[in-house]
This record gives sequence, structure tokens and C-alpha cells, in this order.
Amino acid sequence: MTMMDTVAVTSQATATPAAARPGKPYLVCTNVGKVFGSFTALRDIKLTIQEGELVSFLGPSGCGKTTLLRAIAGLDPATSGTITQAGRDITGLPPDQRDFGIVFQSYALFPNLLVTANVAYGLRGPDWPRDKVEARVAELLKTVGLSEHARKYPAQLSGGQQQRVALARALANQPGLLLLDEPLSALDAIVRLHLRSEIRALQQRLGVTTILVTHDQEEALSVSDRIVVMSQGRIEQVGTPHEVYRTPASAFVANFVGRAGSFLAQVEAGSMLRVGHVAFPAAAAARLPIGSSAHVFVRPEDVKLGEDARSHSTAFAANVTHVEFLGAFSRVSLDVEGMRLEADVPQERLAQLRLDANPRQWLTIAPDRVLAYPIARADG
Amino acid sequence: MADAAVLAGPVPGQPVRAVRSTDQQIVIAGLVIAGLFFLVALILPLLALFVRAFQGSDGRFVGLANFALYVSTPSLSVSAWNSVWTAALTTVIVLPIAYCFAYALTRSCIPLKPFFRAVMLVPVLAPSLLPALSMIYLFGNQGFFFPLLQGGTIYGAGGIIASQVFYCFPHAALILMVALSGADARLYEAAAALKAGRLRIFATVTLPGSIYGLVAASVVVFTLVVTDFGIPKVIGGSFTVLATEIYRQVVGLQNFNMGAVVGIVLLLPAGVAFVLERWAQSKQASVFSGRAVAYVPKPRAARDLPLLGGCLLVTALLLGVTGMAVWGSFITFWPWNMSLTWANFNFPNFDSAGWGSLEISVRFALYAALFGTAIVFLVAYLLERAPRDSKVAPVVRLFATIPLAVPGLVMGLCYIMFFNDPSNPFGFLIGTVAILSLNTIAHLYTVCHLTAVTAIRQLDPEFESVSASLKVSMWVTFWRVTLPICIPAIIEIMVYMFVNAMATVSAVIFLWGPFTKPASVAVVQMQEAGFSSAAAAMAVVILGINVVVKVLQVSAGGTVDRLTQAWRRR
Repeated sequence: MTMMDTVAVTSQATATPAAARPGKPYLVCTNVGKVFGSFTALRDIKLTIQEGELVSFLGPSGCGKTTLLRAIAGLDPATSGTITQAGRDITGLPPDQRDFGIVFQSYALFPNLLVTANVAYGLRGPDWPRDKVEARVAELLKTVGLSEHARKYPAQLSGGQQQRVALARALANQPGLLLLDEPLSALDAIVRLHLRSEIRALQQRLGVTTILVTHDQEEALSVSDRIVVMSQGRIEQVGTPHEVYRTPASAFVANFVGRAGSFLAQVEAGSMLRVGHVAFPAAAAARLPIGSSAHVFVRPEDVKLGEDARSHSTAFAANVTHVEFLGAFSRVSLDVEGMRLEADVPQERLAQLRLDANPRQWLTIAPDRVLAYPIARADG
Repeated sequence: MADAAVLAGPVPGQPVRAVRSTDQQIVIAGLVIAGLFFLVALILPLLALFVRAFQGSDGRFVGLANFALYVSTPSLSVSAWNSVWTAALTTVIVLPIAYCFAYALTRSCIPLKPFFRAVMLVPVLAPSLLPALSMIYLFGNQGFFFPLLQGGTIYGAGGIIASQVFYCFPHAALILMVALSGADARLYEAAAALKAGRLRIFATVTLPGSIYGLVAASVVVFTLVVTDFGIPKVIGGSFTVLATEIYRQVVGLQNFNMGAVVGIVLLLPAGVAFVLERWAQSKQASVFSGRAVAYVPKPRAARDLPLLGGCLLVTALLLGVTGMAVWGSFITFWPWNMSLTWANFNFPNFDSAGWGSLEISVRFALYAALFGTAIVFLVAYLLERAPRDSKVAPVVRLFATIPLAVPGLVMGLCYIMFFNDPSNPFGFLIGTVAILSLNTIAHLYTVCHLTAVTAIRQLDPEFESVSASLKVSMWVTFWRVTLPICIPAIIEIMVYMFVNAMATVSAVIFLWGPFTKPASVAVVQMQEAGFSSAAAAMAVVILGINVVVKVLQVSAGGTVDRLTQAWRRR
């Protein structure tokens, strides 16, 4: 929770005006809860989203991320707590009295209306004379790169194009908040990669505050200013992609975001962890009570293999149990006295190690890269 | 911030008072109105039936006395037994034929499938008693084949069963076609890969896959026969069944209390059917998953040729029986003067209402189709889009499924008992076209409701969420998106309402008044008065109107699709 007040920082190297502007709180959730009958879908959600930020809700299915999004949209209002948007209490308001645009996983495009009519759907009333609507629709279609498909029905478009129509429709009224509910999960892998960077670029250009619900950690890591990791109706961690990946706040986050070998260890004095008769230094152990058990995670890229590992203060002799070919690198499964570790090794390096001839290898782990968490984590 | 949270502890947020949007308030108000509609058109009339059954003729509570009298009166218990065994026998005869026919249309490569499908529907479009009229022409005392009966008579159980088989055949075949068309090709490939023979595949894959369809079809046929009034009235002779007995008690003897008892007895098979069918439907849904690959039959002469022969025979019989009535309607004086004439269509010569009865039928069928479809579709939409925590919606949903268990005949009886009550403010409806329409809408409600729900469920449930986010009222979306997409289903419901309203005798027999006699009732009366050719002529006109409507639906379907469904094409 200490990450909450961190100023929005873009995860991408080039800071754009929208992300660089130190935002002011735009959407604030205070003690938000949602109960369906006897099932508690959200408990005690506290979250502040800055103006112009792109925040991802990340978690496994059933973690409450979509429930929180729908509570923010008013489609299924929260049962307790308060949500304010731009200083206005919107907790109990119906969706049509809030200010947001939404894109669903299914896109929910009106199949019997042309692309133009879909985009123009919300542009009604005295504020929108016909020529103004036409100009706005043309502008939006140009923005999402679909100008030449204006006179088609949704069924005549590809999935990615339909997704962009849904985006244009959601942005037509210039909403203060854009909600994206798993917008990419119905698409092919390649289209997905392409579209997510497009969505991010568009979001930064328009500077619209955006919430993206996703179960795809790579998606969340690549496009977000900040990530809200959720599990079982709670927020596990709020932080920049870098923080969530490098300093996970809990064992759940360490396990869910990114890949890690994991094992149990005993905490010893002097920031040491012990497995069997192997002891090694770990900065994270300093925060844990001596003598307690810890759940330990090590990222595959933090495990260094080879003879030169021997020279480090923390070196282990490990048995190679399995090698999985993954293209640019291979993932090597290792066993150190019952500790199960994984190491990502580039192919060139792998050839030097000659694992089939030398199944016993030296490895080293930097003490500050070991992630350790108490076994029985206190709630709250 | 973290410290503050620790100090405060896990404080639950204050409870939220959710504000309903205007649209949601309208939905709930609409559902309340729908609930009141059901109350007047369905629930209170049904209650009236139950109340009457426990009352004496003076209106006092008599407990089970009426039921005791029912059981101990031989004429009544005999009619119940007659109804049961004729219905059972009809079911046993119809099912195998309908199964083979449906199998041929869905699982073989025979030619002429569209033709077979079209001919199959003819008995649905005709009044139920049309086959009975044909049977009288063929086997009646002056019939072609009367000598074949060797002194027996067509008037009685034999005639009833023979006519019911024709009347019920398409209903069973339609259900079985649906059950058989949902086959998963992978099951057949797996069975063949495991070297199962054709018989074994049929017994282990095809039959289990359609068993629920068979259950549904048998209960539908059984209920249709038990609750049909037209056929036993025309061809039953002295053989009494429940449907004719209820009519005799109420209209003949003015014994409304005993009529109510018989009505409740008639609800039993329909009630059992209702429960069985729901069970069958729930099972049917679980047999085929969304990932199933549709089974496409390959030509195989040893299977296709016998099936083709069978289908030709069945359609020949269907056309023969229908054709017999058509032919009979043009004959001057059966069987002595066989010259053809239009004289039988000069209805004023045979029935006081003349052509007026047809006008009444068309009017009430049209009203039922227009208002009924509007009500059914709107209520289905309200139910599908009701807020999750709505307390009215489950009640209305239950009400919408009850009519499936109430046959038209019993519904009609409930209506006179309810609306005829002097204290009923809606009493003015008695003897009007409106009550005929209302009864039609009420007793056909569930089938139409299910069609509407199926159509609406094909729409993305987030359409209304999107429009709310765009500040567009859900009614705009209903008008611009939901209605246009559902036009085919809406037309389907309209035609179903119209065609059934035109053809039914059972549902209107208690409700028509001196100025509102429907054509189907005129058929029964002319037949009773001895004008069988005129009766056949009237039945043929009803059939003709329904065929025209059906043909219009099919041919206009192309135009409607071009205008409203262009988006379906890729």
C-alpha cells in the first residue's frame, strides 16, 4: 500500500506530455466492497488513480478486477465504501449519470449498424447537429485508422478492426475515464501485441485517464503507468510495472507477475536463509523474524550459471534436472539440496556450459535479488 | 497512508445506496404492469377454476365433495379412462412414424427434403378437426372404404385415434427434428473409429442423443390428444372423453363446479407434461456442448431408399387426408351427387353467421398476433434486462412459463368462470372479440415467450451497458438495435399466434358469444347440423388462410431479410 502515492511514471523510455504531467487524484476508491449474496467479491478496496494515468487491474480470473471495473462504471454498483470521480461522489449513481467510455471483451458493437452509426451512437441531442456528428465520426475513424471501412457492418471487419471501432465509439463523447475490460483477449497473439501499443499511444496522445482490466501480465507490464495486482477481491499491490516486477509486495504477486523458481527456507540471523545445510545471504530476510519459515522466489534471469559463479560469495553446486528450449534462450531447471530454481540462459552461453556433459553446475544469486515472504501472511 | 489504515483497522466502507437509472425504473414499472397483466389474464382465472371445484352450486365450500362425486359417477370416470387410453395409443402410433420421418429429414441424404418439410406442416395449419372430417368422408357410413370396416364404425375410439395421429404427427416430428439435428459428428467418428457397427452406433449414440426429444414429443402428443375438443366432438359419436365431457357439464348441464373438477383433472396430464418437458429440456441442453461439430450425413442407399419410401408414403397420406376434405368441400351431395360445386362455400345457407364467423376468426387472430407479439416480446426483453436484484422479475418469469401447463380448453373454462362472475369489473369482456384474443395470447404465451427469449439472448448483454455509458436510453437501443435484429423471431411469433388462433376449437369453444362465433366453431356446428360439406368447406377456408399467411411469411422473409438483416452477410 505504500506504493499508492507514487507519482505516475511511464514504463516506456520516452515520457510523453500526458504521463509526465504530475497528475492530481482523479478517481478515488475508499473502502469499496461488493457482496453478491453470501459471496464477497471485493473487500476494502483503497485506490487512487491520477488524471491521465493508464492503470491496469491485473489478476487471475475471479480476483475481482472486472467487479471493481463494473463498480466504477456503475454497471454493478459497489455495496459499500465510496468512489469519487473528479471530486464527485459517484458510488451509487447509475451508469448514465457517470462520465466514462467502455470497451468490452466482446466489443458489443451493434451488428445491424454501420461502423459510422456505431461510432456516432452516443452523439445525439441538440449539441450534435448532423454535420458536427459527421465531422467527429470522420475524425475518430481517422484516429483509429479505419476511415476506409466507414461504410461497413461490424461483421465485415476483422477482430482487431472491430476492437478499434469499439474504442472510437467509447471515445466519441470525450469521456473523462476510459474503461477497457479485457479488450484484447479475444484477438490473435500478433494482433494483440500490435493493438496494445496502439492503445497505449492513443491513450498518451489523448491524455485520457484509463483503466485496463487484464489477466495477461505481459500486457499489463508493457502498457501501464501503474498496475493494481488483485487476488480474492483484495488489492495485493499497487505500483509501477518495475516495482511490481522487482519488488513484489507479497508471495502472491511474486508468483503471479513474472516467472520465479520457488521453495521454502528458514530465516537465520544476519539476513541469511537456510535450506537443508545450505545457507545463503538474502537482503529480504532482514525483514523477517529469525527462526520463521519463508516462501522464497528467485527470478530465472537472476540465477547465473557457470564456473565464474564459483568466485562469488554465494555460490551453489546445482544439479541440472531439465532444459526447456524457448528460442532465444533456454530455461534450465536446477536442484540445489531440494531448492528448485530456474535459470534463463542464452543459447550461446548454453553451448559453452555443455550441460549434457556437465550436469552439475555452479550458480550464484545476488542477495538483493532474492524475494522472501513470511509463510502465514497477516491479512490487511 | 498505510499507517492510517493500520490504525483504523479494517473498517468496512459505509453501505451504498444505489440509485436506479430512469431506464431501470421504467423496466421495473413495466414488469409490475406485466405482473398485473398475468394476474388478470392467467393467475386469477386459474384460481377461479380451483375455487369453483371446491364449491357447491350455491357457492358454499364443500371440500372434496365434487371430486368424490366425479370419481363415483361412471360416465365421468369412463371419459377419463377413454381420454387416457386413446391418448396413449395415439402416442405409441405417432412416435415411431414421426421419429423415422424426422430421422430421414435430418440424418439422411434423401431428396425433396424441403417438400417433405412443407407438407408436414399442413396439419398444423388446419383446424384439428379437419382430419376427422376426412375420416368421415373416407370411412363414415357413406364413406369410400366403409365396407372395409366390416360392420364396424368410424364414430368412436378408432376414428378419434386415426384423426389424432394425423393432427399430432407434425408436432411430434418438429420436436424430434430439433432433437436429431443437434448431433455431434465427433461422437460418430469416435464410435466408428472404435469399430462399432451401425446398429450399435444407433443404439449407443443416436438414440441416447434423442431420448429427451422422444420424451418431450410423447408428452406433447399425449397432452394434445387429451385436451383436444374438435376431433372427439366430430367423430367421437357416443364415445366420451374428458374434453367433450367438460363441455357437456359446463354448456349442457350448466354444472360449473363439476366442469371445474374436470378442468383440474385435465390439468394433471398437462402438468406432468410440463414438468417432464422442463426436465427433458434441461437434459437436452447438456448433451451437446458448444464445441460440437455438426453431423453431416453422407449418402447411403441402404438407408436413404427405405427412408425416402417411408417419407413419400407419409406425405401421400397427409396430402390424401387433407385433399379428401378439400375435395369433399366441393362435392354437391356426398356420396350421391359427386359433381363439383362452389355451393358449399355459400356459408349463409348453412350457418346463421355466414361468412361473419371467418371475419371474427381473422379479427381475433390478428389482434392476438399484433398485441400478443408486442406483449410477449416486450415482457421477454424486460425480463432479460431486469436489474439483477429485482424482486418482480422472478415472479413474472414464473408466470410466463405457467401457460405451457394450461391447455387452451382449460384456459377457456377458467376465463368464463373468472370473467362471468358478476362482481368482476372485467366482466364486460365476455362475448367480445377481445376475450378470444386474450385467451389465445394467454394459452400460447410460453411457446412465444421462449422464442422471444432465445432471440434476445443471442444479443450481446452489454448493448445496454454501452448505451448507458454513451448516455443513450436503453429504449433507443431497443428501437435501433434489439427490434431490428429480432424481426425474424417477431414475425415467427406473430405467425404462430395467428395460425393457432385461426385453427383452434378447444380454446374458443367456451368463450364465443352470439356475435363472436369463430369459424372453427362454425365448422363444428355445421357438421353437427348435418352440413358436412359446408363444414369441410369452412375448414378448408381456414386452412387456406393459414397457408397463405405461412407462404407470405416465407416469401416476405426474403424481403424482410434484405431490408433488416443485411448486416448478417459478410
